[in-house]
Amino acid sequence: MRKTLLLSAAVLALSVTAASAQKPIKIGFVSTFSGPTAVIGNDMRNSFELALDHLGRKIGGQPVEVVYEDDGQKPEVGKQKTEKLIESDKVDFIVGYIWSNVLLASLKPAVDSKTFLITSNAGPSQLAGELCSPYVFSTSWQNDQTPEAMGLYMNKKGVKSAFLIGPNYAAGKDMLAGVTSTFKGQILGQEFTKWPDQLDFSAELSKARNAKPDAIFVFYPGAAGIQFLTQYAQMGLKGRIPLYTAFTIDETTLPRQGELAIGVPGAQEWVNDLPNEQNKRYVADYIKKYNGTRPSFYGAQTYDAAFLIDSALNATKGNVSDKDALRKAMEKADFKSVRGNFKYGNNHVPIQNFYLQDAVKDADGKIVLKTVETIVENDQDRFHDKCPMK
Amino acid sequence: MLYFIEQCLNGLQVGMLLFLLAAGLTLIFGIMNLVNLAHGSLYMLGAYFAATFAAWTGSFLAAVVLTIATTLAVGMLVEIIAMRRLYGRDHLDHVLGTFGLILFFNEAVRLIWGPAGLNLALPPWLSSWVEIIPDVFYPVYRLSIIVVALAVAVFLYALVMRTRIGMLIRAGASDREMVGALGVNIKLLSTFIFGIGAALAGLAGLMQAPILTAQIGMGENILIVTFVVIIIGGIGSIRGAFIASIFVGLTDTVGRAFLPDLLKLVLSPAGASTAGPALSSMLIYLVMAVILIVRPEGLFPASSK
Repeated sequence: MRKTLLLSAAVLALSVTAASAQKPIKIGFVSTFSGPTAVIGNDMRNSFELALDHLGRKIGGQPVEVVYEDDGQKPEVGKQKTEKLIESDKVDFIVGYIWSNVLLASLKPAVDSKTFLITSNAGPSQLAGELCSPYVFSTSWQNDQTPEAMGLYMNKKGVKSAFLIGPNYAAGKDMLAGVTSTFKGQILGQEFTKWPDQLDFSAELSKARNAKPDAIFVFYPGAAGIQFLTQYAQMGLKGRIPLYTAFTIDETTLPRQGELAIGVPGAQEWVNDLPNEQNKRYVADYIKKYNGTRPSFYGAQTYDAAFLIDSALNATKGNVSDKDALRKAMEKADFKSVRGNFKYGNNHVPIQNFYLQDAVKDADGKIVLKTVETIVENDQDRFHDKCPMK
Repeated sequence: MLYFIEQCLNGLQVGMLLFLLAAGLTLIFGIMNLVNLAHGSLYMLGAYFAATFAAWTGSFLAAVVLTIATTLAVGMLVEIIAMRRLYGRDHLDHVLGTFGLILFFNEAVRLIWGPAGLNLALPPWLSSWVEIIPDVFYPVYRLSIIVVALAVAVFLYALVMRTRIGMLIRAGASDREMVGALGVNIKLLSTFIFGIGAALAGLAGLMQAPILTAQIGMGENILIVTFVVIIIGGIGSIRGAFIASIFVGLTDTVGRAFLPDLLKLVLSPAGASTAGPALSSMLIYLVMAVILIVRPEGLFPASSK
C-alpha cells in the first residue's frame, strides 16, 4: 500500500514537472516559527497556504514554490535567513516579517539585490519615510497609524490624561510616538520595557497607577499581551484605570486572554467580521481548514500579500525579470483585499481605514473580536512626505 | 514614599523568586561542581506541570503539591540519566551537555503541550489585593510569593545547618571524595541534591506561571539573571544567594522605576528616554562587574576551597 502511494506520488510529481516546463515562481517567507511567538508565524503561514489554495496552488498562473524560514524573533537571524533566501534560493519575492527590528535588519540585502520584499506585518517609520524603496511593499500599515487611530478614539472618549507603556524596540517607539501625535490630553509618563525578555511588568504598572492617569495605553504584541493583561488585572487596575491598546489583543492571543480582553478596546485595520466577500471567504475557509482556529490580522495581511503578488504577475504575464513593469503592477494593488478598500501611497504603504475592535461573547458564549466603529477613513501614514519616491 | 515602598515590594518579590532558582543552582554547583544550564528548563517544566495539574484537578493547591513532586522526580531522573556522566569532566562539557538538555526540554514541551503556551488561573482567594499601607494596594499573590520563598529559605537553612543530610551536604561541598571514602553514598546524595534543586526550580516556575504564563524558552531569560545572582552571592553559598537575590531584584526593579526619572535631571528629556531603559536593563550587570572588582569571589564565598 505504502509502495503504491509512493509510486503514485512520484508519478504525480513527474507529471507536474512535465506539465510545467517553466521555472516556478519562488517565494521566500521569513517569520517566527519557534519560541513563544511562533503562533503568529503559524497564522501567517496558514493564511499564505490558504491563499495559494484559493489561487489553485498557482500564482499569476505560474507554478509556485514557497521556502519558509524561521527568524526566531531575532534581527540577526532574520538578516541571515533573508540573505540565504536571496543568494542560495534565488527567490523572486520575500514575504513576511512580524517584527520591525527584524525587518530593518533584513532590508538591505533585499533592496541591494533588487528582490521584491512584501512586509505583511512590520511597518517601521523609517521604511515609510527615508528608507522607502521601489522594491519594498507593505500589505499591513506603518506602525504609527494604528496607535494614531487609538489616540483619536481616546480623544473622543474624553480621556484627559494617559500613561503609555510599550516594549523598547523599533515598533514600540513608533507606537508610543503614534499615540502621542494624535492624543490631545496630557501624557503623564511613558515606559519602555526590555524586549522581548522582560515579561514582568510590576514596576511599570505600579508607576502607571501612581501617576493617576485617566487611561493607560499599551502595545504588547504576541504572548507579552497575555502577560500584560493578566498582570494588569492582578494589580487590581481593571475597572479602575481603563486600558486602550494597539496590537495587544488578537485572535492568536485571545483564546488565552479570554475574559480579561472583554471591554478592552483596540484599533485595527482588519477585523474578522469586515463585511466583504473576499474576507468572508478567507475567514470561513481558514476556520474550516485549520480545525476551528480563527485567523488574526497577521494572517489577513499575509493572505493579501499572496493576492498582491498574484495580481502583479497576472499583469506581467508571469514575467519576473522586468522589475519596473512588476513594480508598476504592484503599485496598482489590483486585487480584492480582505480589508475592502486597498490602495498604495507613494511610499508603498496602504492608505486605508482603521476600526475600533472589541472583544465580546458571541451567541455560543465564545469570546470573539468584532468591529465597533470606523475611527478613521483612508488614513495615510505621516512619514510619506519623507519618502523620496513620488 | 508610599510609591517607593510599593516598588521595593515589587523588587523583593522578583528577588524572592530568583532566590528559589539561585538556591538550587548554587547548591548543585557548590556540591557537584556542575554548571547546570538546564536549570531554567526545570523552571519551565514547573510552570507547565502546574498549569496541567491545575486543569486536571481543578485545585491550585493540589497542582502545587503534584508539581513539586513531579519536578523532584524529573530532576532525580535527569541526574541519574544525564548529569552523572558529567561530574568528573571539564566545565565546558557541562555547558555543552546541559545546553543540549535545554534544546531537548524545549522541543519536548513543544511536542507535548504545543507551541502556544499555557495559562494558569489563580484561585479567587489569591487573585485579590490588599491595602498593605493606606493607599498602596498590593496583589495577594505577589505577597504570597514573598512568604513562600522566605519559608523555603528557612527550610533550606534548617536542612543544611541542622540535619544529618545537611551535614553531609556541607561535607560533600568541601571534599566530595573524602565523604565518599567515609562510606557515604555520594551518588545517592548527589541525586537527592539535584532533585531538591529541581523541585525548587519547579516551585519557582509554578509560582511564576500565573504571572508570566507558561511559555517555551521561559527558563533561558531568567537563567542569565540567576547566574548573576549566584556570582554576586558567591558560588556555592545559599546565604549569598539569598542576599544577592534580594539585592538583584531590588536593583533591577527600583532601577527600572526610578533611573529614567533621575536621568531627566541631568540629561535632556529625549536623551533620558533613550538612555533610561537602556541603562536600567544593564544595571544589574554593571553592579555585578563592580562587585567582582571589589570581591572577585562574590559577597559570601563558600568558605572551603
